[in-house]
Amino acid sequence: MTASETAQAIQATRNRERQSGAGLAVRGVGLIAGLVAVAAIAIVSLRIGSIEISTGDAWAALFNYDSDVYNQTVVRTLRLPRTIIALGVGAALATAGATMQAVTRNPLADPSILGVSSGATFAIVMATFYLRLSAPSQYVWFAFAGALLASLLVFAIGSAGRGGPSPIKLALAGVVISALLGSWTSALLLLDENTLDTVRFWLAGSVVGRSLDTFWTLSPFLLGGTLAMIFLGHQLNVLNLGEESARALGMNTGRMRLICSLLVVIVVGAAVSAAGPIAFVGLATPHIVRAVIGPDYRWVLPYSAITGAILLTAADVAGRIVARPAEIQVGIMTAVVGAPFLIYLARQRTVEA
Amino acid sequence: MQEANMQPVMRKPGQRMIRTRFFSARVNVHVLIFAVITLAVLAILATWAMTLGSYRIPFADVGRALIGDGSPDQEFIVRTLRLPRVISAIFIGAALAMSGAIFQGLVRNALVSPDIIGIETGATLLAVFWIVTGQSSALLPLAAFFGAIITAVIIYLLSWKGGISPNRMILVGIGIGATLSALTTFLTVRYPIELVRPAVVWQMGSLYGSNWNEVKILAISVSLLAPAAIILTWPLRTMQLGDDVTRGLGLSLERTRLGLIAVGCGLCAVATAMAGPIGFVALMVPHAARMIAGPLSGSVMLFSAVLGGCFLLMADIVGQHLLPVPLPTGVVTAAVGAPYFLFLLYRFNTRM
Repeated sequence: MTASETAQAIQATRNRERQSGAGLAVRGVGLIAGLVAVAAIAIVSLRIGSIEISTGDAWAALFNYDSDVYNQTVVRTLRLPRTIIALGVGAALATAGATMQAVTRNPLADPSILGVSSGATFAIVMATFYLRLSAPSQYVWFAFAGALLASLLVFAIGSAGRGGPSPIKLALAGVVISALLGSWTSALLLLDENTLDTVRFWLAGSVVGRSLDTFWTLSPFLLGGTLAMIFLGHQLNVLNLGEESARALGMNTGRMRLICSLLVVIVVGAAVSAAGPIAFVGLATPHIVRAVIGPDYRWVLPYSAITGAILLTAADVAGRIVARPAEIQVGIMTAVVGAPFLIYLARQRTVEA
Repeated sequence: MQEANMQPVMRKPGQRMIRTRFFSARVNVHVLIFAVITLAVLAILATWAMTLGSYRIPFADVGRALIGDGSPDQEFIVRTLRLPRVISAIFIGAALAMSGAIFQGLVRNALVSPDIIGIETGATLLAVFWIVTGQSSALLPLAAFFGAIITAVIIYLLSWKGGISPNRMILVGIGIGATLSALTTFLTVRYPIELVRPAVVWQMGSLYGSNWNEVKILAISVSLLAPAAIILTWPLRTMQLGDDVTRGLGLSLERTRLGLIAVGCGLCAVATAMAGPIGFVALMVPHAARMIAGPLSGSVMLFSAVLGGCFLLMADIVGQHLLPVPLPTGVVTAAVGAPYFLFLLYRFNTRM
């Protein structure tokens, strides 16, 4: 890369960041509005379900809990855990998706592209097959271990050979390992109908019947990792300029990619363990966000976290409404709720894809 | 600028010009040699596949049965039971590989395959609905085919905005695909397990029960679509230079794109209708073909097709005969292909 090209790249980054500085106030206000929307959807999620609960009862259940009031018990033991888990998992998946798309420089990268979801699924199916597990709370650590092992394998394979790891090699290695684990999972499910019957509900992705205690033990990974990613926006902007420009700007791209990918693996591993393999949020939310606020990752990441949290919680609420008194798993509803948005935005603007 | 791009390509080693009164074409001899070698491997694999099974038939007898010179029961086994399945595997593998190559070229993204764009999910949704509601299984391929075609039309219409931008099409495809597969998941958790199980098995993709009728349909549609795919590779290569260059060179952008999308969808829809959504082939075979034979061209497209047929046949042999428990082909494709693909990734990563 010549010196003049480097200078151009630096100028381009500066311009991009300066342009976004112009809209600072608007975007800051947007962020606050987003947080208000998160609070609103959380309250809706506490109130709506097979029985309606007043805002007063929901409020009391949070801050002035009386275990004798039935409605407050419902909020405290059923609705509060699923709301918190939906918010946390949604924010984590969306942020991880945005990070992964920047790291691989591929807008089709899914946060589970490094084999995380398929590893977790495979571990769960194995555990159900051999150990006869049946409750989602027993799944968590198997899922987490499976997710981490699978992505380690992807890293090992993606870094092998000449030239070390490159985004496209990592992505392809991830796709291959995912396909491989997926096929073993299918084989096990085919051999044993009981496992299929137990696991198919977990596979749909759901936040029901999860204990809040397990979630808190996962939360250092889930929320810590998400926060860490949100502060890497500037680095992702540089990485997004391309390998040579990023290097010319003094970034150790290999190390940066590794750090970001590890964060994604940890965060998504925790998310899958908490709620099962939920697709679409991680892939689509960054697109929705970029279509609205532009490509600056310092803003894309926090907005993705907020949008993801809203999307997943709204999907969970919608799943409770459409089939009352029965429920539809949140993993099914995310796409139904989010896809019209994605298509609308894709038609509205020239989306960077 | 274009001239500078085009000129040196003409004098590459291994390139030969074919000129007749009606057309001229540039052919990459090296790639064609690869394709011929792969075809030979394919023939050997096919014969081997027909010797295997609970009733083993020696190589020589398979040959005799094929030309109608064997014992009646051997002829029945080879020609009625085993040959249709072998031919289906080859056609389906070839169709999926070409479909993948077309979409990867069209969108210029290495991670694209027809299932990301949502075509297979449409076929799957309708087929799963067909199975769990207990409809006639004879019409299942037709249902799956229409599912795929309807989905493709919906995606195309929703992506149309004074023209088709491949990126917009991908995003719309992701949205539609995610919605449809969510509905499929909904069906699998809603219906009782004894109805869901056959639907789950269909979703894995298999070649069970291939018969001559299916082979006929496959043969007709692939022999119509494959030449179209190979011919369209030339404009596809031009389109990879960008929209402006393509227009500048006088290609009708939208019409070519529509043609490519139609051929790619057609190939994918036919394959999925016959065998269910078989993964991995459409995504990985084009990569493997390019890693072995170089950037996409008509010859490489042909090579992809042969490689895809070879690969799916191999996967079917492994799934049907070489494992302790027979497994559907779609379950095995990744297991068979992954080691080889990872080797290619390791060996040829400079070409990526």
